[in-house]
Amino acid sequence: MNIIIVDYGMGNLNSVKRKLDRIGVNAIISSNPKEILEAGKLILPGVGHFSKAVKNLKQTGIWEALNEAVLIKKTPILGICLGLQLMCKHSEEGNIDGLGWFDAKVIHFQVTDKLKYKVPHMGWNNVTVQKESLLFEEIALDSEFYFVHSYHIQSENQEEVLTTTNYEYDFVSGLSKGNIFGLQFHPEKSHDVGEKIFSNFNKL
Amino acid sequence: MFRPRVIPVLLLKNKGLIKSTQFKDHRYIGDPINAVKIFNDLKADELVFIDILASKEGRCISLDFIKNVGEEANMPFAAGGGITNIKQIQDIIAAGAEKVVINTQASIKPNFIREAADTFGSSTIVVCMDVKKKFLGKIQTWVSAGEKATGYNPVDFAKLMEEKGAGEIIVQSIERDGMMQGYDIDLIKSISESVSIPVVALGGAGNLEDMNTAFTQAYANGLAAGSLFVYHGARKGILINYPSKEIITKTIEKWV
Repeated sequence: MNIIIVDYGMGNLNSVKRKLDRIGVNAIISSNPKEILEAGKLILPGVGHFSKAVKNLKQTGIWEALNEAVLIKKTPILGICLGLQLMCKHSEEGNIDGLGWFDAKVIHFQVTDKLKYKVPHMGWNNVTVQKESLLFEEIALDSEFYFVHSYHIQSENQEEVLTTTNYEYDFVSGLSKGNIFGLQFHPEKSHDVGEKIFSNFNKL
Repeated sequence: MFRPRVIPVLLLKNKGLIKSTQFKDHRYIGDPINAVKIFNDLKADELVFIDILASKEGRCISLDFIKNVGEEANMPFAAGGGITNIKQIQDIIAAGAEKVVINTQASIKPNFIREAADTFGSSTIVVCMDVKKKFLGKIQTWVSAGEKATGYNPVDFAKLMEEKGAGEIIVQSIERDGMMQGYDIDLIKSISESVSIPVVALGGAGNLEDMNTAFTQAYANGLAAGSLFVYHGARKGILINYPSKEIITKTIEKWV
């Protein structure tokens, strides 16, 4: 079963591929809707502006391919950072609708102590798993992962909440529902625990 | 809970790793890729690479070098030195860096930071400002490996960079570089208090206590150092080192 890393022109996909190479998983970077439809598994990474990402996905035909692969063919998919945010209904960043797979919105951080809690939230922080998931199998409780983001998820369906993290207040740092997984942090930048996430995803 | 990043800053000169003192007296440390391998094993939070002579010599940090680091690094890293245009940033990111560090060009053309942030997102764009007091003069930021004064007051410059879209600011004290006697806490605090983006302290860290002070008293979000991670002991024997996560979390207090 091949893994396709979806390339829609946003950010550094090579770091995800290198991490998969390292654990012996052969992944292909592709922007071809047909290949995306036929993939065994999908990874949707991404760094940058939400509205530009939506525009790129729609212009390339990847948007429709993703919807069909994920919603109809039930292809397992892992969204990372902006990739997770794109899976939500709406984002404040550009005030535009996403894929809408999760019953959640993307909002800007609303910290009150601006001296202590700078935005972007950048660095290592603990991830607390909120429900049992194969993705976090054999990963120590409250492991640290690497974050870089200014916007975060606001879930409207508690059952979809996979993980939470605290940055002045608790926010949702991961969502999951059936074959769909999304993480706000970067497993590809998170040493061994990050590798474990990818090998768990590969085993699904 | 969130904890600040502890960041080794590695300086490049002619493909070798060097360490300076007050931006002078460059001492050869070793092979940079070997250092990356060691920092991988020691699970460093993040790395920063700066080609210190690139701006002065009118060139950009080597892409081949960044590719080599990208192949090895198991953690996020930023790269800088001589960046003057968007194409260079694109190439550096494609070669595997998460972030770019811009110093000289940020002062010459502040709007370049706006253009870069709009293209790659703020979290990709790091501005490094080198700060020094002029002889009998005011404190200001310097560029071109600390050889040209810009006339910018550090607080004004930091605010300008935030306004232009920088995602992070590295505040480096030239006078404290390589001295290992502590950060310039007043300087770092003054910047933290004037911007709402992450501030990284650099210049002067001699131990983890200094880092704790920069975190708890100056609100630095990243704690960066050079000498601390390449030297060992009072005689400064060369030894790449990095504290364990247990020691970091024990020494660097969390906010209450």
